[in-house]
Amino acid sequence: MSLATFLQHCLTGISLGGAYALIAIGYTMVYGILRLINFAHGDLFMIAGYLMIFTLADFPWYIAIPIVLIGTVVIGIVIERLAYKPLRSAPRMSIMISAIGVSLLLQNLATYLFTALPRGYPEIPYLKRIFQFGTLSASFVTFLTPILTMVLVFLMVMMINKTKIGMAMRAVSKDYETAEIMGIKINSVVSFTFAIGSLLAAIGSILYFTDRMSVNPFSGSLPGLKCFVAAVLGGIGSIPGAMIGGFILGIGETFLVALGFSTFSDAFTFILLIVMLLVKPTGLFGEKATEKV
Amino acid sequence: MKKSTKTLFNIIAVSIILAILIFLEMNKRKFSYDISIIERSMIYAVAAVAMNLTNGFTGLFSLGQAGFMAIGAYTVALLTIPVEARAGVFYVTGMNEFLSKIELPFIPALLLGGLFAAILAGLIGIPVLRLKSDYLAIATLGFSEIIRSIIASPQLNMITNGSYGLKKIPRFSSIFVPIALCCLCILIIVLLINSSYGRAFKAIREDETAAEAMGINLFKHKLTSFMISSFFTGVAGGLLASYMGTIDSGTFKITLTYDILLIVVLGGMGSVTGSILGSFLVTAGREWLRFFDQPLKVGNWQVPLFRTGFRMVVFSVLLMVVVLFYSKGLMGSKEFSWEGLVRFFKNLFTRKQKLNGGVSNGK
Amino acid sequence: MGNNVLRLEHCTMQFGGVVAVDNFSMEVNEHEIVALIGPNGAGKTTAFNFVTGVYEPTNGKVFFHDELMVANHPAGKMKKLYKGDPDQICEKIVRKTPDQITKLGIARTFQNIRLFKALTVFENVLIAKHMHAKSGLLKTAMHLNYREEIQMRKEAMELLEMQNLAAYRNDIASSLPYGQQRHLEIARALATNPTLLLLDEPAAGMNPQETDELAAFIKKTKEDFNLTVFLIEHHMDLVMGISDRIYVLDFGKMIAHGLPADIQNNDRVIQAYLGVEENA
Repeated sequence: MSLATFLQHCLTGISLGGAYALIAIGYTMVYGILRLINFAHGDLFMIAGYLMIFTLADFPWYIAIPIVLIGTVVIGIVIERLAYKPLRSAPRMSIMISAIGVSLLLQNLATYLFTALPRGYPEIPYLKRIFQFGTLSASFVTFLTPILTMVLVFLMVMMINKTKIGMAMRAVSKDYETAEIMGIKINSVVSFTFAIGSLLAAIGSILYFTDRMSVNPFSGSLPGLKCFVAAVLGGIGSIPGAMIGGFILGIGETFLVALGFSTFSDAFTFILLIVMLLVKPTGLFGEKATEKV
Repeated sequence: MKKSTKTLFNIIAVSIILAILIFLEMNKRKFSYDISIIERSMIYAVAAVAMNLTNGFTGLFSLGQAGFMAIGAYTVALLTIPVEARAGVFYVTGMNEFLSKIELPFIPALLLGGLFAAILAGLIGIPVLRLKSDYLAIATLGFSEIIRSIIASPQLNMITNGSYGLKKIPRFSSIFVPIALCCLCILIIVLLINSSYGRAFKAIREDETAAEAMGINLFKHKLTSFMISSFFTGVAGGLLASYMGTIDSGTFKITLTYDILLIVVLGGMGSVTGSILGSFLVTAGREWLRFFDQPLKVGNWQVPLFRTGFRMVVFSVLLMVVVLFYSKGLMGSKEFSWEGLVRFFKNLFTRKQKLNGGVSNGK
Repeated sequence: MGNNVLRLEHCTMQFGGVVAVDNFSMEVNEHEIVALIGPNGAGKTTAFNFVTGVYEPTNGKVFFHDELMVANHPAGKMKKLYKGDPDQICEKIVRKTPDQITKLGIARTFQNIRLFKALTVFENVLIAKHMHAKSGLLKTAMHLNYREEIQMRKEAMELLEMQNLAAYRNDIASSLPYGQQRHLEIARALATNPTLLLLDEPAAGMNPQETDELAAFIKKTKEDFNLTVFLIEHHMDLVMGISDRIYVLDFGKMIAHGLPADIQNNDRVIQAYLGVEENA
C-alpha cells in the first residue's frame, strides 16, 4: 500500500467514523438516561435517508435539509412518546422489546411503502464536489464529516456541562427518582434527549448516504448495531467517548475492506466489542458505577 | 380437581392429539400444508421455549436465536446431505475434501449442531456474562449477524457453499419424527426449569444481589442457562434444516430471532405452555394473514393498503400492541392447567351472565 | 483471642475522595450478639457490604474464623486519593464473591427487604438450599437427585415450621404483610446454614410491639441455631436489650465501643446522636 492510498483510506475511514459517531451519540445519550438500548435508532437513521430522497425531489437543498432535520426529530419524539413512555415503570426487558418492535415496524413500513429495492440517494449540491490534493482526491463531504462531527461534539459537551437542560440531563442519568423529586420534568428531559439524538442521526444520515448513494429499508440496522458498539467502546454515557468509538470503528472497517476482508469487516466490530468487554468493560471513557445495596 | 380426573383428562388429550397425528400421517398428501404448519410450529416452539429459559426464567436478554439456529442448521445439513448428492449441491466450487466424506445419521448430527451452538454461546458468554446483562443483547445480536455474513462469504464457499445455500437435506420420514424430538427437547427444558437449577435461575431473575447472597454463583448459573438454551436453539435450527430441505444464509436473518421473540412475548415471558401456544398462533397466524399481501377487491372497489409487505407491517404492529398493552402475554408467567382452563371458561360464562343480568335489570 | 468469628482489621472504604469507612477494626466473638450503630450515613451498611463481598474495601483485612477472607490495598488511581493511615496498608489481596462468602457460612439480610418477590414463600427458602446440593447439573435436570431434593424440601419445610411461616408456604412472597416479609428474609438467610448471621436494620419500619417480638426472636434464633449475630440497628431499645457489645460509627470513624451500659453513657456517642438532632 503506497502512502497516497494509505492516506486516502485514512480520509475515508475518518469520514465514515464521523457519521458513525453522530449516530453513536444518540445511543449513548438515550442509554445514559433511560438505560435503554434504543434498537430503533438505526432505523430512524434509515427513515431520515428516505425523507431526504422525497423532500429533495420537490424542494431545493437549503429547504430540504431543514425539513429532513425537523421531520426526523418529530418522528424520534413521537416514537419515544408512543412506544417508550408508557413503559417507564415496566421491567427493562419490556422497553427493549418495545424498541425492537419499533425497529421492526420501521423496517417493514419502509419495505411496504418504498419496496425493498434500494433507492438512489439524491446528490446534494456542493457535498460531492471533488477536491484534489496532489495524488489525494476526496469529495467535500469527506472533509466536512469529521469537522462537523467534532464541532457538534464540542457543542454537545458544552451544552451538557454548561446549560440548565444539560444539568437536568446529568441529574436524570444519575438518579431518575431523585431528579423527579427535585422538580425536574423527566418527560421533557427525555423528549429533549430523543430530539437531540434524532437530530444528530439525521445529520449523520445525510453525510453517510451521500457517500453510500443508496438507501434500502435495512440500511439502518447494521450501522445501528455498529454504532451502539462504538458507544460501548467509548464508554457508554460519554459523548466524546462515542465520537472516539465511532472513529475507531470507521477507520478499522475501511482498512479491512481495503485489504480485501470486506466480509469480516462486520465481524471486526463485534470482536472489538468482545475484546473491549474483556479488557475494560467500562469502555475508554466510562466510569464505574457502584450499585447501592 | 382430583388427581385421577386430571390424569384422565391428560390421557384423553394426548390420545386426541395422537389420533389427529395418525390421521394426518395416513393422509399425508391431502394435508401436506397442515402438516407443514404443525411441524414448523413445533420447531419454533422448541426455539421459543429455549429462549424463554434465558429471557423469561433467568432474566437475561439474549437475541442470538437466528445465529445459533444457523449453526445447528448448517451442521445438520453438512453432515446429513448424502455423499453422492454433494457434488450436485456444491456445483460451483466443490466441497472441502475432508468434509465431503463425512456423513452422519440425523440424530448424532442434530446433537452435534446443538453442541456447536452451545460452545459458541460459551465463547460469547464468558466475557459478556460477567458484566451487566445489557451487553448480552447487543453481543448476541451482533454475533448472529456475523455468523450470517461469514456463512455467506465467498471465502467459505467450500464449506457452506456461500450464498448459494445448501440443498437436498434429507427430509423427515414422517410427522412423528419432528414432533417426538420437539416434545423431548421441551420436556428436558421443563424438567430443568422445575429442578433446583431452575429455581436458582428464577432467583437470579428476581434479584441478582439476593441470589448471590443465597450462595448462587451468578456467572456460573447465567452461563449454564445461556449455553443450555443455545444448545436447544441449535437443535431447533437442525430440525428446521431438515424440515425445509433447503437453507441459505437468508433463512437466518434477524427477523427469525424477532419471530421467536414475538412468540415468547405473546405467550408470556416465563411460561412454557405460553411459548408453545404462542408458536402455534404465530406460525398459523402468518399463514392466515397472507391475504394481507394480496390485492383485495370488494365488488369493484379496490381495498387500499393490501399489497406485498402489508402482512409484515401488521405483524410488527401486533408485537407493539402486545408489548404495550398486554405485557403479560397470553399466559403471564403461569402454566397451563386443567383447573386454569375450567376457571377460564367459568369466568367467561359468569361474565356473560353478569352482563345479561345487568341488561335485564336495566330494563 | 481464639474464638472470634469475625474480625475486621484497619478497614477503609473510599468512594473516590469520600471516605465512607475509616480505618475500622472490630471483632465479633462466638455466640455474641454484636451491634453496629451510628447516625445515618455513618458507614454501617458499607462495612456490612465488604464483609459480605458486595464491595471490596479500599484497604484492610477481614478474617472469618481466624482465616483471612477478604484483603485489599489501594491500587491505581486510588493510590493517590487514599486518605487512610499509610502505616496500615495491607499487603495481600484476597477477593471473594458474595456467593463464596455465603458458602463459608455468613448469611445476611438487607436493609430494604430483597425477597424473590414473585416466588412462593417455600421457594424463597428452598433456593437457599441449592448451593449445598451435590448432584451435578445433568442429574439434577433429569430429576435423578430425588433423594437430595426430598431432603432439601424437608429441611426448608422444617425451617418454615420453626419460624411459624408454614401457613404461608404457598403464598407469593410479596403478598405477605411487611413484618412477615422481614421474618421470611431471616428464615431464608438461616436456610443457608450459617454460623454468622448479619442483620441489616431488621427492625426498620416495625412498631414497638413488633420490635419487642423481634428482639425475643433474634435471641431465640441465636440459641436454636447456635449462631453468632452481628447487626446494624437504629432502634436503641432493641440494641440495648439484646447486644452483648456495641460498636459506634460516626462519619466512618469508630467513636466508641463497649458494653451497652457504657455506650449509653458515652459522651461522644450522645454528641454524635443528639448533635445531629440539634442542628436539624
